[in-house]
Amino acid sequence: MTRIYSLAVLMAVWAVIAALVQSRLLPGPLTVGATILAEVRSGELPYQMACTLARVICSFAIAMVLGIIAGYAMGRSKTADRYADPWLIVLINMPALVTIIFTYVWIGLNETAAILAVAVNKLPNVIVVIREGARALDPELDEMAKAFKFTWFSRIRHVTVPQLVPYLAACSRSGLSIVWKIVLVVELLGRPNGVGFVLGSAFSLFDMTQILSYAISFIVLMLVVEGYLVQPLERRANRWRRRPA
Amino acid sequence: MQTAGDAALLELCIDSKVYQSADGTPVEVVRGLKLRLEAGSFGALIGPSGCGKTTILKIAAGLDPDFRGRIRAPGEGRLGIVFQEPRLMPWRTVEQNIRLALPAGDTSADLTELIGVLGLGSHLARYPGELSLGLARRTAIARAFAARPDFLLLDEPFVSLDEAVAARLRDELVALTRRTKATTLFVTHDLDVAIQLSDRLFFLSDRPTRIIVEKSLPPPRGVRSRDVVASIGDEMRQLVSRATALSADG
Repeated sequence: MTRIYSLAVLMAVWAVIAALVQSRLLPGPLTVGATILAEVRSGELPYQMACTLARVICSFAIAMVLGIIAGYAMGRSKTADRYADPWLIVLINMPALVTIIFTYVWIGLNETAAILAVAVNKLPNVIVVIREGARALDPELDEMAKAFKFTWFSRIRHVTVPQLVPYLAACSRSGLSIVWKIVLVVELLGRPNGVGFVLGSAFSLFDMTQILSYAISFIVLMLVVEGYLVQPLERRANRWRRRPA
Repeated sequence: MQTAGDAALLELCIDSKVYQSADGTPVEVVRGLKLRLEAGSFGALIGPSGCGKTTILKIAAGLDPDFRGRIRAPGEGRLGIVFQEPRLMPWRTVEQNIRLALPAGDTSADLTELIGVLGLGSHLARYPGELSLGLARRTAIARAFAARPDFLLLDEPFVSLDEAVAARLRDELVALTRRTKATTLFVTHDLDVAIQLSDRLFFLSDRPTRIIVEKSLPPPRGVRSRDVVASIGDEMRQLVSRATALSADG
């Protein structure tokens, strides 16, 4: 309830300022709302959002899978950690823009390059978080699983993954927001569709109404993903924890 | 059919077990330990705290391959183990914790009886975080028996339980080991409990640990009266102090 109230205040402030300024560069909420409706009706906004969302999902999935494998290996094996750590440091400190330029130049202005650029940007963060998680795995439970001759699969499913859940949740949360922000940059620089592309074109026309309507729509979409997908999954994974009284 | 022949007994020979201490110097914790236990019988390892009991148990369980010596596990080597801490998976219910230890290919076994004996019936759907220590220990014991062990290892499973709970749990343990005929090795520092439960006692020395006194107790176990336990206890204490004095002289 407080959240809705707080958002309503934000909208009101926006409306008041827009009404006072009366500028083409700050459209009010009503104008933006009308634009969003029109764009939805024409099918333009759903299409552009779908393009972006598909890129978000692909690059997020690639970064998570590779990051979990590499992070787990580095957390469990000192040798792997020693060898891979310098690479990780290079990767972490590589500016997103540089990665994007490299992939576009080397692979070409295509979908593979776009998705790869985003995945590579997200990857080191997943590795770092999962590595911490793998380091924190309880050796006593490992012994238990070994003593009772758990199969490889049930060890992963019942012993390892549940211990990594908080780390997986942390990096998918932060990951989703990083990924969609970088996807927009990738689209702006080298794709003929997607929200980033639309924002780029709107920027060259100083079309603030267009920019605000796409930005807001995408934020709303990401909030929906967070609230209806990420949070319920997390609650399910944590149902064994005693709730604070 | 498995007979209680020579092939089924437990043999544990640890010539030497060394570990690196924090400052890098090697410390020998076990030297020249030899232990034989008849199939289906219940042996207790008794020793001062810090003498390496848990180390020996881990070696017996095959969890620590880094030692000189050899082990022969009884029967087909199916192992059940109760650690000092219950070591349950907090994210799985009591029932899932028990079931996960079932031998592969037998995941739908009927556990009603085992659960009944241990009084866990009304707690199956709870998570370990909601259990008292006594119930968590029971769950750990149920899990060890669910594995249908030929070989059962117990590491001080009654520590920090109040006396009434510990006594009940001991009775349940006696009943279960009798019924399943698992060869059991029980680690404790409590002589009276060891005498009450065991067929055979093994007394351990200080580091580097070896067995200084070994003693078979007349059957039946589990039902020895307080007086019998006390008199055996006195006798054992004398034997052990004499053996300790001798080994100190030698």
